Amino acid sequence: MGRKLLTEHINVPGIDTFEVYRKHGGYRSVEKALKTMTPDEVVEEVKKSGLRGRGGAGFPTGMKWSFLAKPEGIPRHLVCNADESEPGTFKDRELMSKLPHLLVEGMITSSYALGANTSYIYIRGELLYVLRILEKAIAEAYANGFLGKNILGSGYDLDLHVHPGGGAYICGEETALLESLEGKRGNPRNKPPFPAVQGLYARPTVVNNVESIAAVVPIINDGGEEYAKIGVGRSTGTKLISACGHVKNPGIYEIELGVPVEEFIYSDEYCGGIWKGRDLKAVVAGGSSVPILPKDLILKTAAGENRLMTYESLSDGGFVTGTMLGSGGFIAMDETTCIVRNTWNFSRFYHHESCGQCSPCREGTGWLEKVLHRLEHGHGHMHDIDLLVSVAKQIEGNTICPLGEAAAWPVAAAVRHFRHEFEWHVTHAKQAAQPGAVYPAQGVLA
Amino acid sequence: MESTTATVKPQFSQAAQAEIARLFTHYPAERRKSALLPLLHIAQAEFGGWVSPEVQDLVAETIGILPIEVYEVSSFYTMFNLKPVGKHVLEICRTGPCMLRGSDELTANLERITGAKVGGTSPDGLFTLKEVECLAACGTAPIVQVREKYYEQLDTQEAVDAMLNELRNLVHRPLLPWEETGLQHTQQ
Amino acid sequence: MAKITFDGVEVEVPDGTTILNAARKIGGGIVPPAMCYYTPLKGSGGKCRACLVRVAAGSAKDPRPMPKLVASCVTPVQDGMVVENTTSQQVLDVRKGIVEMLLINHPLDCPVCDQAGECDLQNFAFEHGVATTRYEEERRTFEKIDIGPYIQLHMTRCILCYRCVYTADQLTDKRVHGVLGRGDAAEIGTYIENVIDNEFSGNVIDVCPVGALTDKTFRFKQRVWFTKPVNAHRNCEHEKCSGRVVLWYKGKDVLRVTARKDEYGEVKEWICNTCRFEKKETADWTIEGPAHVDRTSVISANHYELPVVNPQVIADLPESSVRDLENNPPLKLGAGRQ
Ligand SMILES: Cc1cc2nc3c(=O)[nH]c(=O)nc-3n(C[C@H](O)[C@H](O)[C@H](O)COP(=O)(O)O)c2cc1C
Ligand code: SF4
Ligand code: SF4
Ligand code: FES
Ligand code: FES
Repeated sequence: MGRKLLTEHINVPGIDTFEVYRKHGGYRSVEKALKTMTPDEVVEEVKKSGLRGRGGAGFPTGMKWSFLAKPEGIPRHLVCNADESEPGTFKDRELMSKLPHLLVEGMITSSYALGANTSYIYIRGELLYVLRILEKAIAEAYANGFLGKNILGSGYDLDLHVHPGGGAYICGEETALLESLEGKRGNPRNKPPFPAVQGLYARPTVVNNVESIAAVVPIINDGGEEYAKIGVGRSTGTKLISACGHVKNPGIYEIELGVPVEEFIYSDEYCGGIWKGRDLKAVVAGGSSVPILPKDLILKTAAGENRLMTYESLSDGGFVTGTMLGSGGFIAMDETTCIVRNTWNFSRFYHHESCGQCSPCREGTGWLEKVLHRLEHGHGHMHDIDLLVSVAKQIEGNTICPLGEAAAWPVAAAVRHFRHEFEWHVTHAKQAAQPGAVYPAQGVLA
Repeated sequence: MESTTATVKPQFSQAAQAEIARLFTHYPAERRKSALLPLLHIAQAEFGGWVSPEVQDLVAETIGILPIEVYEVSSFYTMFNLKPVGKHVLEICRTGPCMLRGSDELTANLERITGAKVGGTSPDGLFTLKEVECLAACGTAPIVQVREKYYEQLDTQEAVDAMLNELRNLVHRPLLPWEETGLQHTQQ
Repeated sequence: MAKITFDGVEVEVPDGTTILNAARKIGGGIVPPAMCYYTPLKGSGGKCRACLVRVAAGSAKDPRPMPKLVASCVTPVQDGMVVENTTSQQVLDVRKGIVEMLLINHPLDCPVCDQAGECDLQNFAFEHGVATTRYEEERRTFEKIDIGPYIQLHMTRCILCYRCVYTADQLTDKRVHGVLGRGDAAEIGTYIENVIDNEFSGNVIDVCPVGALTDKTFRFKQRVWFTKPVNAHRNCEHEKCSGRVVLWYKGKDVLRVTARKDEYGEVKEWICNTCRFEKKETADWTIEGPAHVDRTSVISANHYELPVVNPQVIADLPESSVRDLENNPPLKLGAGRQ
């Protein structure tokens, strides 16, 4: 059994209350930080831990914190990204609804490190019930002197608020999130300036994922070095993986980074294999934005080594034979899955969620969806397959925010690894258009 | 004498006004526009599950911004209904992970049972069906959200029936998001 | 000050200058095209991606190339930066792609469009595009609407540059139009029936790079290349109005009045609606002389056909992206999205 740094107490009855949470060691990191450490020492500890952002990009959290501009007399902000909308990802919802105090505690310790006196949790609007749970936890923290003026007599003040979104995946992108928090459309900003210099209300701002902020709690409690001992190489600590799709036991698993993918899929400690006794066909390992890999390549790298659940191992082989850990949304597909249909579904998602600001993404996502829809419904041509690759390439790298890439990569990867299936949709158009039709041969090509 | 068909200007309830006052304290005084999304949620809950132009104007006036600033935002975010809806809006997730576990079949089933088409309302006015994207509950797919409640693992007829019966038996639609109605989400 | 090399030419500009403005300082054929950036409008730029360039060296301090192409209109220069525009095949290829993207939902109705001949998109496509389209799907369409007595909105042609929104925001105190909806369903509109009624509203016509916002009072609807532009001015009582305009003549008639644009199509001096819509007699004005028309403009070259062949239209479209115009009309006049 791997160590559980975040979810050890997740099933303790009443752990969502201040009292029970505190009895299980809650808020120790706040006491330790505020009473015995300077803000810079907290940042230093997070640097030592090697923690990398859990929202998807994997940027080192301590380094991000040290980039925060600190001009005299201008307030700074910490904003927690609880927009969780990347298809296949549902860890933050679980963490916040069952362990609300863990996030509140992490927010206090992290805000202290950054010198922020007003912090926000931006939660996707659909999770109103979780917003309520968080507000209750925050009220308890105020009542017990962990929020408000002069926390624990340290002279440090902090107000913490929860802010709901309104239904827009793009608001997970950090600058769109800030626009949204300012009451505007979720249009990502041009960078520079970066949020660390001009973020919320044009003030220096750090945006971090829920899980990143929660991880600060064990890092401060046990020390960054302890945290860094877990994991492999530059992938330190534990990570929440949201397992879904055709696995036997879907759910949230806190793993020590470095677990072999094969073990994660087939061991009873984790996913327990593929449902209905079927064979695995493909995996999208890090949320819908990352490249899909066929079974052979998700289990082993092109060089034949066992693939591990780490940032480095999953991206081994680049985009030719590798993928990314991303947000840890692990979507498994069994042998009956139609890759073309699935790719169309994801394309529809990005088309639906594009903010529409920049032309390659606004027009290109719609174009991809329409071509994939035609292919899936038996109206495609052979040349459409190369067209998809070409349109994806025209979007990638040329947009304001990474949603463009997120829309392009899954399409390019699906064609790269399952081209024969797309071709079959042209050569056997009528058959392919039947509901539930699946390309008959397994023959997965690298 | 000429009769004017004066439409009554919508007003927030006392409870909503108190909540709005609390929300305004969350943001710097000159940044009250930040409260726009929370206020739209309150408005939608108060005024029948959708935000009419008049209701959006009320939101603009309450915050002190231009009406177009509200229209731009309400039309950007998918949670706000800009047309009248039935008593319960069933938001069915249609994205990949849910599709892998039967959301297409669930949608077809709900259309058949309720008599509503996606985007429309059932003849009895009870149910509006709306397809939405991933709701961060892929591990318990397929799923439907009704206001604050997530109905999960709707892959059996019993689960679907139980959901619809619970909704049918609900005497009134919840007014405010924070009102106790029995429709709160219960942890699994 | 920062010194940069742009397409092999060195130029020195104040710190904080954007790459685009540094290139404009050099001038000529190396200047990147801009479809959304508009110098007088704060916050504009970054959206159309027409102006993407390659940064071959970030700065003297950190001479690594930037990993992606950058929007030259919003990226500030650094001392020692090396930028490639026309000298980079990658940039030229990507720009072709941008033309294609901007045109897939554009109606290609140039032969009947008032803007033909002075349309930035037409020029952009002609200079940077390719001769065929690979887009086989149906294009999005909208009804024309009048927003007030002077301005017509033909949303189908809009490229969502946001210029008109910034103009209304920054020139008038009660903006009534904006961008509604999102993605490729986003549109310019007023949401409820509303008129754009402000003394400076007419300027949105001049900033619009395409024929989406047009002058309803443009008399006789002439092809612009049959008209003769003449600079003129009057003493306008409006303090914010420059009173400096271009009168567009056909014979002795003033067909329309516009603000003056520089070589990059930018209005530097705004004019009021009275000057624009109500002063259409020569007697209202002091004539200065013929206006300069940019040599590269299609007005002088006289080629207004878009270099794009008409696409084959395929009827079968995804439900999610096809607008059922009957049951789900475009957002306007009080109708809303579900
Ligand atoms: C389109 C898009 C959607 C995103 N959605 C999320 C999200 O839902 N949650 C999240 O934490 N990060 C999301 N991100 C990443 C954020 O922009 C940002 O990198 C992250 O919040 C930083 O936090 P971290 O360093 O702790 O990971 C998204 C990025 C993009 C481009
Ligand atoms: S890439 Fe897409 S989502 Fe991002 S800013 Fe451009 S249009 Fe918006
Ligand atoms: S109407 Fe014209 S100015 Fe306004 S956004 Fe569209 S193209 Fe730009
Ligand atoms: S795909 Fe349906 S909840 Fe994620
Ligand atoms: S002009 Fe630079 S992106 Fe449009």
